[in-house]
Amino acid sequence: MSIDLQQFHQVFFEESYEGLDAMEQALLAVSDQEEADPELINTIFRSAHSIKGGSATLGFPEIASFTHVLETLLDEVREGKRELTPEGVELFLQSCDAMRGMIACLENNTPIDTNESKPLLDAFEAMLANAPGADQGGAPEEGIAKAEDAVAQTFFGSDGGGEPPEDGPKQWKIIFKPEPQILLTGNEPIRIFRELEGLGELSVTAKTDEIPEFQQLTLDECFISWEILLTTESDKEEIESAFDWVLDECELSIEEVSSASASVSENAEQAPASAPVPTSAESENTAESAPAPETKPAPAPEAAAKPAPAKKPAAKASGGESAQSGATSIRVGIDKVDNLINLVGELVITQSMLSELGNNFDLEKLERLSHGLEQLKQNTRELQENVMRIRMLPISFAFNRFPRMIRDLSNKTGKKVELVLMGEHTELDKTVMEQIGDPLVHLVRNAVDHGLEMPDDRVAAGKDETGKIVLAAEHKGGNIVIEISDDGRGMDAEKILGKAREKGIVSAEQELSDQEIYELIFEPGFSTAAEVSDLSGRGVGMDVVRRNIKSLGGRIEIESEMGKGSCIRVHLPLTLAILDGQLVRVGNEVFIVPLVAIVESLQIKPDLVNRVSGNMELYRLREDNVPIIPIYREFNINADNTDLDNALLVVVEGEGSKIGLLVDDLLAQQQVVIKSLESNYRRVDGISGATILGDGSVALILDIPGLISSASQNRRRPQGVRAA
Amino acid sequence: MARILIVDDSASMRNMVAATLQSAGHQIKDAADGQQAFTIAKSDKFDAVVTDLNMPVMNGIDLTRNLRTLPSYKYTPILLLTTESSAEKKSTGKSAGATGWLVKPFNPEKLLATIKKVLG
Repeated sequence: MSIDLQQFHQVFFEESYEGLDAMEQALLAVSDQEEADPELINTIFRSAHSIKGGSATLGFPEIASFTHVLETLLDEVREGKRELTPEGVELFLQSCDAMRGMIACLENNTPIDTNESKPLLDAFEAMLANAPGADQGGAPEEGIAKAEDAVAQTFFGSDGGGEPPEDGPKQWKIIFKPEPQILLTGNEPIRIFRELEGLGELSVTAKTDEIPEFQQLTLDECFISWEILLTTESDKEEIESAFDWVLDECELSIEEVSSASASVSENAEQAPASAPVPTSAESENTAESAPAPETKPAPAPEAAAKPAPAKKPAAKASGGESAQSGATSIRVGIDKVDNLINLVGELVITQSMLSELGNNFDLEKLERLSHGLEQLKQNTRELQENVMRIRMLPISFAFNRFPRMIRDLSNKTGKKVELVLMGEHTELDKTVMEQIGDPLVHLVRNAVDHGLEMPDDRVAAGKDETGKIVLAAEHKGGNIVIEISDDGRGMDAEKILGKAREKGIVSAEQELSDQEIYELIFEPGFSTAAEVSDLSGRGVGMDVVRRNIKSLGGRIEIESEMGKGSCIRVHLPLTLAILDGQLVRVGNEVFIVPLVAIVESLQIKPDLVNRVSGNMELYRLREDNVPIIPIYREFNINADNTDLDNALLVVVEGEGSKIGLLVDDLLAQQQVVIKSLESNYRRVDGISGATILGDGSVALILDIPGLISSASQNRRRPQGVRAA
Repeated sequence: MARILIVDDSASMRNMVAATLQSAGHQIKDAADGQQAFTIAKSDKFDAVVTDLNMPVMNGIDLTRNLRTLPSYKYTPILLLTTESSAEKKSTGKSAGATGWLVKPFNPEKLLATIKKVLG
């Protein structure tokens, strides 16, 4: 029999990561408490325990032995034998990282790097060597070593028993007198006999003299004792192991009688008399057919076990190298799945209703038809919403790492930091979540590193010495907005501008608003920390952050006030697969403008149009001058209306600036499914994707940020090079 | 072939035990903690129960104790699947009514042999 353990690896990895997250959170929570909550300790213990069990069974000895030591320590903590010191918490936290590293190695099929775990292992073993109580006089190190051996051994297939070293069969006399309640633990004596039978030749004699009168007989109790003769090559220990589970519920004696050769015949004589008496109502059937010496029901399973472990390393090396890296799974609440099933059920009902309607349709049924179609529309929309929800996870998945990170940062910098998380249940598409993780880490690090002041400086500025970082998420329209704010020193616009001029990012004569100055920190090669610290990196971060967020179709905003703090706001689409769009028509073409980008749509009043140099026209919208981008010119198509007078302008916003799109007509608003243009055709400037409309035609989705930045480039090159 | 209830909070452990037992033709149901298992057990009968010890909500020992109060589980073999081999744990398990124990990491052949043994 072979079971491919490989199939369980992915689940194990995911579960382990989850376990480590839970462990880390519990550790952080414990470290804040005066007296550790036993439930938290239990959670920590359970995580280590599960990882150990899984890794040992699946054959990851490095992780198994590491978690074994961890578990031993945690068990002592759990039982109250050992105190959980802050240093201990720190070590345990580091061990979470080490284990993550090791599991990641396994996941990528790279050899496990023990550089990180080895020192921790040594530290843990040193802790264990310092036995918590004097009563533990023995050498605990030995215990660990032994237990580790055991872990390694089992999974290399040795069954512990080993080969019987005996030179010949011996006969043993076993007297087995169970306590009356033995049946109540599900231990049928007959099973024990059957196991003994696997060891050699067996004869069993039941002693029934203690059975009470019928009236006093209770069904649940066992009053029989047995005398057993066993001829076997196994040693006493092996025989005893058959009684392992009942040792404390019986009187048992196992004695060697003689060497076997003489006893076989005697054995045979006794056999007929040896039918065991049924011990309970349930066992009656099995007992009758029980131990005849000829049958040997348990063919040694060890034989099959031997080749299996040898195969394993080979399979690991050759197979599944690429299989695991790409395949990720998602855990979905059963309620979401039930909802889907429910909705599909309704869809089926609607469908059957409609098809019946179509069977012999006449105009009288028109109302019912339109009613049915309405219902279909609603079903479809709900189904779509619910399918999308499957990919949604609460943002706490991304937020969870921050408490730990803040703690580490606070230790490293000496700043006191309080982290406040808000809106952790806000749901977000899994892909977006995965990609926003690193940028968020960077932003939070920056807030601590650059934003917050040292405790003394804070006190001097009249603030609480503990700085506050708030991480908040909320849904706004079709977007999720994540806000990272601190109550630190705020950004110094002049300093930033000075730096940017020094680095040549902006020219000396260029005048910039505060907002524009703040955004300079996202320029490649910009870093405000006078000295580069290992926290915020080397100025390669912020531009990457902005790029990542942009590539997700999001945007980033900064607000800051000197002395009061800064706030960075990241706007992200909830999902990358669906978009709420405004359909617009230009000539014969239909384009889609993402609804979130639209500020307003208006009819142009000719007197508000200002013509600036070249081809650029600006529209006066309250205080703003909005560049007018005629779509027909941008994509070189024929439009109905090339005259600005009374034309329609759709004002869109992105990255803090606005443009007006000149269109012929506004059509419907609808949700569209985004199809990648790149994977189906090629990248086109100004277009972010395509979709298929209800009539089957293809419509292009406008890339608003792209259009805005090309417009602003045009503005900087006032001669309108682009249009020429 | 028997019907066996597997109780473990770790999905990978559950899967492994289930796959092992299924490979021998057993029918499996599983539960992620003792409470779930107990609820299942109340309305269903199994030939054996294999349970982890350390679980949230209701641990393996409490589950065993509870199962033994159900008439239909009076004699059902209940095996504790655990990494803890300490004598103390075993005796608590025993006094709660467990039939025996299996030590994790389990070896599939050994697990099957043990199951075969208790099923009789």
